[in-house]
Amino acid sequence: MSGLFLAILGAAFATFMAGIGSSIGVGKAGVAAAGVLSEEPSLFSKVLILMLLPATQGIYGLLVAFLTLQAVGVIGEPVGDISVAKGALYLAASLPIAFSGLISAIHQGKCSVAGINTVSKKPDQMGKALIIPAMVETYAILALLISILAINGIKVLAI
Amino acid sequence: MLFQKEEYIYAVARIRCKESKLLSNKNIEQLISMKDSQSVERYLRDMGWGNSADLSDKDILFSEQEGLWSLMKELVGDLSAFDFLRVQNDFHNIKAAVKAIYTDTSAEHLFLSGGVFESDVIYNSIKNKDYSSLPEFIAATAQEAMGVILKTGDGQLCDALIDKACLTYVGAFAKTADNELIRKYCELFTASGNIKIAVRCARLKKSADFVFRCMADCDSLNIKTMSVAAAKGFDEICNYLLTTDYKNAVVHIKDSLSAFEKWCDNFIMDLMRSQKSDPFSIGPLVAYIIAKQTEIKAVRLILTAKNNSLPDSVIRERIREMYV
Repeated sequence: MSGLFLAILGAAFATFMAGIGSSIGVGKAGVAAAGVLSEEPSLFSKVLILMLLPATQGIYGLLVAFLTLQAVGVIGEPVGDISVAKGALYLAASLPIAFSGLISAIHQGKCSVAGINTVSKKPDQMGKALIIPAMVETYAILALLISILAINGIKVLAI
Repeated sequence: MLFQKEEYIYAVARIRCKESKLLSNKNIEQLISMKDSQSVERYLRDMGWGNSADLSDKDILFSEQEGLWSLMKELVGDLSAFDFLRVQNDFHNIKAAVKAIYTDTSAEHLFLSGGVFESDVIYNSIKNKDYSSLPEFIAATAQEAMGVILKTGDGQLCDALIDKACLTYVGAFAKTADNELIRKYCELFTASGNIKIAVRCARLKKSADFVFRCMADCDSLNIKTMSVAAAKGFDEICNYLLTTDYKNAVVHIKDSLSAFEKWCDNFIMDLMRSQKSDPFSIGPLVAYIIAKQTEIKAVRLILTAKNNSLPDSVIRERIREMYV
């Protein structure tokens, strides 16, 4: 098993796990949004924002995957051979956003559904309805931060 | 839990929009203060009730009731999850049909819509003694009720039999339902039905055995103890209830049965309000149905009172708490 394979496996994890979370989250919120729009089409812009909140984890996963691929020279400048130890470290670096992205996107989707319900009854409470699901985002951002710091740190390690 | 099935997200989101159009306690108070039924009808039309200006007040209420069930059909497809509510109308229609057939009169105006079966199907099944189009539990009840009324001519006994069948059906639903709200509603419905039976039987000085046979099994009351209490008298029922979950109801029962019924309805409405924060389960749909039915009953009461020039205080005494 080569180091490059492990690093690409890490990039794949970050992309598909965070992507699965986002698609579930956006899917749930989308169903709720469709329900509201069938009764109140004028609320489209408000429910759209709430619906798209869980989509960000998928983007974070994609970003981490890009940075990993760049670090191992699959895209951009070639970097030479990647040792198994370094490849394993890249795999480990992708795990925070992979797992945190999956779980936080699903739960953010649930919060968005609740927020869409709130907006459907009280459109003037949009600000509050937006803040609640946005709190879940914090943990995806923390995971993204750790993944990025880890990838940048591993890049300069001489192993 | 991460990937749990959530079937009602779309339906609940639509219901949240509909909830904002329900009449509030304030709206009901405005309707009560209006001088006549024409003003009430005009107000209701402005609120979106009835789909045509030519409809009579009775037709407006009917169209709201029909609209409620057609909305639910659109949202969930299969209405069997709401059978514990719909079947109550079927049992009412059995009572009406049995009495109409026995007295050879028309029961058209007594039938309720919104049951599992069309009232015509129930009426024709009983009249033609062909129960094949009804499920076993309804067919058995209708057949037995018709047999009792033909044999004894006792309408009360016939009602008691049908009421017990209804309570038994709803009580059984409580044991099989997945949703906690439905379980609580069914349990309360059965228990309150049993309490009403016990109080009526105590007033008529019926035996413990008769009372026991009229009541349906439920978890929150010991019907054997209550039937013995009912045979001893009204105070014994109250003493027994003070040891149960229904101790807060005793003061209302002592007032009158209609005060107890109002307490039960308001208690159910409190239960339903817990669904305002649930975006995923069937609970908010059940809460909306009960809220809409309470609203329709309140409007019917107001229209009837206005048409008969009854004082506002009489309406306020009977009106229930609204959902919003």
